[in-house]
Amino acid sequence: MAQDATTKWTPPERTGLAKESAFHRLRRRAPWWLLPLTVVTVLSAFIVYGIWTAFFGGKVYTAPYLSPFYSPQIWWNGPVTPALWVLPFPLLFRATCYYYRKAYYRSFFWDPPACAVGEARKKPYKGETRFPLFLSNLHRYAMYLAVIVLIFLWIDAIAAFDLNGHFYLGLGTAIMVINCIFLSAYTFGCHSVRHLIGGCVDCYSKVRGGVKRYEGWKFITKLNERHAMWAWLSLFSVVATDVYIRLVMTGIITDPHF
Amino acid sequence: MTDTAEATTDIRHTQDGRTGRTVRFSVFRGVPGAQASYVTYDVPEVEGMVVLDAIHYIQKNLDMDLACRWNCKAAKCGSCSAEVNGHPVLMCKTRVDDLPEGTVTVAPMKTFPLVKDLVTDVSRNYKVNAAITPFTPRKDEPTPWKIQQHDIERLYEFRKCIECFLCMDVCHILRNHDLHEEYYGPRYFVRMAGLEMHPMDDADRTDEIRTAGGIGFCNITKCCTDVCPEHIHITDNAIIPMKERVADRHWDPIRRMFTKKKQTANAADAAE
Repeated sequence: MAQDATTKWTPPERTGLAKESAFHRLRRRAPWWLLPLTVVTVLSAFIVYGIWTAFFGGKVYTAPYLSPFYSPQIWWNGPVTPALWVLPFPLLFRATCYYYRKAYYRSFFWDPPACAVGEARKKPYKGETRFPLFLSNLHRYAMYLAVIVLIFLWIDAIAAFDLNGHFYLGLGTAIMVINCIFLSAYTFGCHSVRHLIGGCVDCYSKVRGGVKRYEGWKFITKLNERHAMWAWLSLFSVVATDVYIRLVMTGIITDPHF
Repeated sequence: MTDTAEATTDIRHTQDGRTGRTVRFSVFRGVPGAQASYVTYDVPEVEGMVVLDAIHYIQKNLDMDLACRWNCKAAKCGSCSAEVNGHPVLMCKTRVDDLPEGTVTVAPMKTFPLVKDLVTDVSRNYKVNAAITPFTPRKDEPTPWKIQQHDIERLYEFRKCIECFLCMDVCHILRNHDLHEEYYGPRYFVRMAGLEMHPMDDADRTDEIRTAGGIGFCNITKCCTDVCPEHIHITDNAIIPMKERVADRHWDPIRRMFTKKKQTANAADAAE
């Protein structure tokens, strides 16, 4: 017989070891702060760069290259830079991503800063049960929007093979294609895609196309196992692509090409 | 003792695998309600020694009153969980020569109430376990069951759990925020995932995961995965899939709309 799922119990009284006992002050040897510090530095740099690009970075286009920050080209001559129309979607996708949640909860919120260390928080902990953090549950919608943006990035990368009707293959083309590959591995290796493809199925034998879904789930799982790596690679590749095209556009470097 | 006897002893020690090095251990000693302290012991190191060996040496030779829970000494029973140098680990799986030079600190799991020295009371976990809706087999399934490999493969990982409760110990929701009544903890999301994904299980635990289980408290910091001695991907394969199932029901109106339509159609078919 199933027991009442809402049954509550009284936890045993905590005695002897006070929670903040001096005896449990951790005697760390490893520099546990190193990872949070690195994450804060890199993510902050990206945020600053993103803001600068969105508000003050101008329009980064030089035939046949279009910066990923400005793709798709929406309202190119509007009152604000075109990046502002595009950036919120991939940013929302990254902000609600399960990997980045780990990264910023640990590094920015220090909740916790590392495993088995104390926390500075004084307020009662609510996790993702309250506003605004419960909005992380909207990750799959952000994923749908990120996939749309990704389609445009692939279109741009393919279009970069064509300059005035002639085949063109420059270093910038290769960078744009690599950027799209990293972004695709990151987007399609996401936990929400993994769930929708096959993770939500209990018995593959009893659903239509179950075995195919299982195979798809296994493939996505392989990508998902390296989700953090793809997250960082794609973050760097987006910035690298933008910087490269910006440098070519301003004439600081020349694009080597065939 | 004569020179010959000393020489004999040295030879025996060498044969025992002693490295000649002495390792200093600082071990937590105390009982609830009494003065607690770290006591220092010097233990001769043996080749391949694990922390549990050192604790046994202390019990046998230096301090017979030291309490510690252990059973298999093979990282399969999950009894000897403790915090070595502040890291939640199995003492039987932590080699002394892997630890940095200097004093090795051994303490009980912080999340659970202390019984004595390195022994803690983990009975709360069994109460959580009892509260979970158990395996509920489908009624319409002919016996004996025939289960395809691809339907059951995901669940093997969850069955590896040895209930060492290191994941519960390291989880900051229980460890630092003390939300024992609001949150089941990683071990029990592994169990619930194993039940929810079971091809022959008919029960729906999605609401239980969200309400009694309190999965919303988890903020995916993956410490549970980091400490698991069985290398179960607790966060990626159990907690996040359960969060996604909760999102299916409560955060995905499009999916819910289709589910409702399907349910309405099924109800209409049944009525006819």
